[in-house]
Amino acid sequence: MNYLADVAALTRKDLRIELRARDTLPAMLLFVLATLVVFHFALPEGTGDDAAYGLLWVAIVFTALLGLARAWVPEQEHGVLDGLVLAPCDRSAIWLGKTLATLAFLLAAQVIALPVFVLFFAPLDATALAGVLLANIGICAVGSLMSAMAAAGRARELLLPLLLLPLAIPLVVGGVGAAISPDGGRFLLFLALYDAVFAVLSWASFEYVVTE
Amino acid sequence: MIRARGIEKRYGRRRALVPVDLDVPRDGFLVVTGANGSGKTTLLRLLAGLAVPTRGSLDVGVNRARLGFLGHEPLVYRELTGLENLDLFGRLYRVPEHRERIGMLLERFGLWDVRNERVSAYSRGMTQRLALCRVLLHDPELLVLDEPHTALDEQGAGLLDRALDELVGSRTFVVSTHEPRRVERLATARLVLG
Repeated sequence: MNYLADVAALTRKDLRIELRARDTLPAMLLFVLATLVVFHFALPEGTGDDAAYGLLWVAIVFTALLGLARAWVPEQEHGVLDGLVLAPCDRSAIWLGKTLATLAFLLAAQVIALPVFVLFFAPLDATALAGVLLANIGICAVGSLMSAMAAAGRARELLLPLLLLPLAIPLVVGGVGAAISPDGGRFLLFLALYDAVFAVLSWASFEYVVTE
Repeated sequence: MIRARGIEKRYGRRRALVPVDLDVPRDGFLVVTGANGSGKTTLLRLLAGLAVPTRGSLDVGVNRARLGFLGHEPLVYRELTGLENLDLFGRLYRVPEHRERIGMLLERFGLWDVRNERVSAYSRGMTQRLALCRVLLHDPELLVLDEPHTALDEQGAGLLDRALDELVGSRTFVVSTHEPRRVERLATARLVLG
């Protein structure tokens, strides 16, 4: 129970900071909407829906990247990460709290972006939406860990995409597959498996990322 | 409480701390002095468990739940209020009746009236006072304080001195400072680096 209470307190803290600073969510929203508008004009007329689903995933991955790049900024200011690391709570709670907060920001951006995608490009059925949800979980779980690793380095803006994008390829494959394949369920299973494996790996390895 | 033998810290080829031997008994008060770059902050980070020595052996006789660390940075969130910061750390440190303790500390360090203002609106001195509240919140057995008088005005420094006076003899202290005169009367041991 203490673990869940710690996670809840850490997530609440991130949401509160974002509500006040408004640093991350507005940027994510503007970025994803601008990207969809650019794609709308860039995509030749008569292009099939399949290409549009691919572009949706480009927009989702880079929007998540934008949010993740700012995920640990509040901890970097005033060195708060040291304070969290010294607290006697399980250190994985810090990662889980950050993952849940980033997931909330990504979902909030998608609440606006997905209807815009449907309006401009193609419909999204329940399987495609389930694919988006599962991929969100995966990208936030792995991304929060990679973002913490990048934050410890000097060239963090450069490091995060280099670390995260290769790991996001299976999510793009699964997400696009869930949207266009007649057997979308198989891709959902693949995404769920990815989420489970990488969430456990990130949960278990976070402590080693934030300590020497 | 603390026993170190030949602890040294290197970052690549750069030596951040020359080999140091250290014995601090329970309830002792070690004052660490030295020029800029002599390794004071590195030593304190090693003692707090935020870094690992490259060489040597280090034994600190408390776990992190009983350790209070004040670093160069205040370790509080800028966009949270003073009260919200202490509430968060009170929860993470499982401080019993933490609301009451937070109220007492804020009152004591003269921050009660600004408890609902964001830290970003605090002066550097007020932020340092809040950092001291965070350090004392869970009533630690070992206090590792890196230049605690930094940024404090005379009134703030006086509040800190009174808090140290009350705790000395019943807690173990390792304090680095550029103003040894402020803590000289409390010291049971001294270490000069550099």
